[in-house]
Amino acid sequence: MITAERKPLAEIIDYIDNCRRILLVGCNECVTVCAAGGRKEVAMLASAMQMDFMKRGKTVDIREMTLERQCEPEYVEELAPFIDQADAVVSMACGCGVQEVVRRFRGKRVYPAVNTSFMGAAERPGVWAERCHGCGNCLLGLTGGICPIARCSKRLMNGPCGGSSKGKCEVSTEIDCVWQLIWDRLKELGIEDRYEEIILAKDWRTERGGGPRKIVREDLAQ
Amino acid sequence: METFEPVIVAFCCHYCAYTAADMAGTMRLDYPANVKIVRVPCSGKVDPIHMMKALELGADGVLVAGCLEGDCHFKTGNVKAARRVTYVQTQLEEIGVEPQRLAMVTMSAGMGTRFAAIANEFTEQIRKLGPNPVAAARKAQAAPAPVAQVN
Ligand code: SF4
Ligand code: SF4
Repeated sequence: MITAERKPLAEIIDYIDNCRRILLVGCNECVTVCAAGGRKEVAMLASAMQMDFMKRGKTVDIREMTLERQCEPEYVEELAPFIDQADAVVSMACGCGVQEVVRRFRGKRVYPAVNTSFMGAAERPGVWAERCHGCGNCLLGLTGGICPIARCSKRLMNGPCGGSSKGKCEVSTEIDCVWQLIWDRLKELGIEDRYEEIILAKDWRTERGGGPRKIVREDLAQ
Repeated sequence: METFEPVIVAFCCHYCAYTAADMAGTMRLDYPANVKIVRVPCSGKVDPIHMMKALELGADGVLVAGCLEGDCHFKTGNVKAARRVTYVQTQLEEIGVEPQRLAMVTMSAGMGTRFAAIANEFTEQIRKLGPNPVAAARKAQAAPAPVAQVN
């Protein structure tokens, strides 16, 4: 999933301080699962904003809406009946959701309420960790299913580096050395020979090196 | 100057604090009428939004009262409640509302005396803090209609 964390309230308020009517929009997908921008977080932020305004003797109208997926035009369309009644939209979706709202409602100011962080997985309740960078040419088949691009601090294709110590990365003792994890996993699977094969320099054009990316499925595209 | 009588909302777990409050009554112990009790099936049922809404809508203080550690009827509801209280306190701090307006307390069903003591102490603590700044501003504005709305 895409993970995110709510921005500090002061930053959000700063964007909308001169607005009286806010459309506060969450998303039911990734940001709900990582507890950053789902229905509950929308309600919490609305309440916090309301209190902040009231405390300063100001009033604000906040309409709370949580869309099924804010990154798809069909769902973003649900905002249309309410958009004119809002001075600004505050979005609690990831950056993709924010930009879909921007693309649909050209004349409206749209502000982000979360910091979109990374593609990751829930290690345990309340803890999310980075797992994939979307490099466009997945290597997991060569590395025992563990990603050196997202999880090695240096993105080494043939690690570990000399900084690997007792299974930890030199960047922090909190970070597992991913090349240790890869080695352990290859051994577990009985395919440690794989480790001897050099992974060639990566062609980063499939990642961001080739500019913004697009996927077109001709059979589906309209 | 009129004396300030705080409004305290106490979310009380059915298995402990609610019964303790009842016992305080049966024991004829005095505790302030300021404390409004909301019975919940477990302190773990109290969501951060309940705590926020209570303060947003005018409570001067909010108590979440659950079972003693290790005694939760649902195993860890009280531990989760305590963590949520801490989380909401950070949110309150961000808005500049005193985090001490919200507190987690624990007791067993038999602790009527403890319930009354906590009710007294917390009411005093909130009285010292003064009115909830949000509620005060709301009153001053002659209460605009609540506008937050859930889809
Ligand atoms: S190799 Fe690329 S696509 Fe595969 S997990 Fe790593 S970053 Fe993601
Ligand atoms: S210690 Fe391991 S994870 Fe850290 S930079 Fe070196 S190879 Fe990568």
